[in-house]
Amino acid sequence: MSRRIYVNGAVWLLLLTAALWLPLIGGYMALASRVLVYALAAMGLNLLLGFTGCMSFGEAAYFGLGGYGTGLFLTHLTHSTVLAVIAGTIVGGLAAFLFGPLVMRRRGIYFAMITVAIGQIFYFIAERWNSFTGGEDGLAGFSRQPLHLGFAIVPLDAVAFYYFVLFFFAIGAGVIALLLHSPLGHTFIAIRENRRRAQFLGIHVERYVWASFAIAGVIAGLAGALNALQNNFISPINLYWVESGNLVIMAVLGGMRSFWGPLVGAIIFVGIQDYVSSYFPNNWETFIGGLFIVAVIFFPNGILGIVRRRMKAA
Amino acid sequence: MSLLRLTNISRVFGKLVALQNVELEMEEGRLYAVIGPNGAGKTTLFNLISGFFPATSGEIWFDGRQINRVPAANRVALGLVRTFQITEVFPELSVFENVRIGVEAEARCSTRPWPGRALIRQINQRVEELLETTGLSAQAGRIVSELAHGDQRVVEVTMALSRRPKLLLLDEPTAGMGQEETAHMVRLIRDLHVRQQQSILFIEHDMDLVFGIADRITVLNYGKVLATGTPRDVAADPLVQAAYLGEASA
Repeated sequence: MSRRIYVNGAVWLLLLTAALWLPLIGGYMALASRVLVYALAAMGLNLLLGFTGCMSFGEAAYFGLGGYGTGLFLTHLTHSTVLAVIAGTIVGGLAAFLFGPLVMRRRGIYFAMITVAIGQIFYFIAERWNSFTGGEDGLAGFSRQPLHLGFAIVPLDAVAFYYFVLFFFAIGAGVIALLLHSPLGHTFIAIRENRRRAQFLGIHVERYVWASFAIAGVIAGLAGALNALQNNFISPINLYWVESGNLVIMAVLGGMRSFWGPLVGAIIFVGIQDYVSSYFPNNWETFIGGLFIVAVIFFPNGILGIVRRRMKAA
Repeated sequence: MSLLRLTNISRVFGKLVALQNVELEMEEGRLYAVIGPNGAGKTTLFNLISGFFPATSGEIWFDGRQINRVPAANRVALGLVRTFQITEVFPELSVFENVRIGVEAEARCSTRPWPGRALIRQINQRVEELLETTGLSAQAGRIVSELAHGDQRVVEVTMALSRRPKLLLLDEPTAGMGQEETAHMVRLIRDLHVRQQQSILFIEHDMDLVFGIADRITVLNYGKVLATGTPRDVAADPLVQAAYLGEASA
């Protein structure tokens, strides 16, 4: 119990002070924002994957939709960055909510397949609908606008944007944490542990899978919205199944059973992507793939799984 | 009025007739056993009652309602809660957490994303009460998969009790247990029956156990009811002796 407080305190302290220490170890703020964006999406996915036990391979759909929602909102409707984030979150969440009934009855590999299929539908729509989404060139021409805080106008430069992302990351992570300690979260975990037992305790398993899917979609939409603002750009690639796979890799690499696992996974993934791709621009993914194989074989509970085991043994 | 009534129940799997024209009636507060050799259709009977799959024909009445088409999860809310022959628990959670899932479902708050303190206190209190009833208090914090087999089965029974069943269905509650564990489970079943007037329908293999505690017994063989009655009547029934008891004592 008390250890959890220390761990959480340390994580938040490190995230809050990133602007101070990150440059010292050769990082830069845009990289940190990227990590947070993907960590948030992977944590949302992990609610489904690690805590409800549903193998979703289509989270990029809601991540990408969040991005398109935000981009289109800024292009056509408003100059408020915050409203655009909210709009993207709603778009991603609503899509997941509406597609939930299609996926909630599927299990295992069938769940993975249908979630991929739905994701690919959105990918092809975004790729083909040139006049609205910019087609395969992606949607550009919008940019994050300064924040109007009432007493000041804050331009979102790299450092300010990091804290902007951290603010929403904190909300998303806080919601997930509260959820996992609530009856609803307990029920999700029960479904992961044993669907049959849950059903015969009177739990309507499918409705809860739907709820988990929708909540993961909201979080993915939020992360996708922030991603669009980070790049001032969104392209169909963000909807593609490879992006879904990346999120799964982050969750598994860091540890599916751990709350902070996806954050650790995102740090490793984005870190390798950034560092290795400057030396091997065309095959940095080989490193990720290799690491993923090693992880699945030797530490199936992810990096935090090892840490936890060590701490237990000590 | 009877609590549970099966009229002319049959279940067919392809060409296999697993149950044929089974009649069963049970009053509230009874401890009722279904026995029979392997493959007699005992677990199939439980699966029909609990809604695991539907009956091919016949009617299932529970607490004054015909429940043939009621989904499994809803039957639990009606008061029909079962355990499984092969223990079904939440293996990686603690004993406390296992029971809490059921308590939260019973409190109809499983959908609550942020419960109040009063609700949490109430839930925890009820979990502790249940653990006390089944003698698991000392093990509350342990991960269920690390418990002995017998204790895991007790956890499953405790979870079932968390839904305050009107009728508790126990599928071979002592399966795979040693002598001591069996004695503990039998004591638990009898306690629930005597002290809390819990209605219990259970499947059992162990003959001595059944004759020792059941009010009434139904004997199944090849999917048909061979005999129904008090333990004494059933034991004296020549058909039963031929089909089952003879075999068991051989």
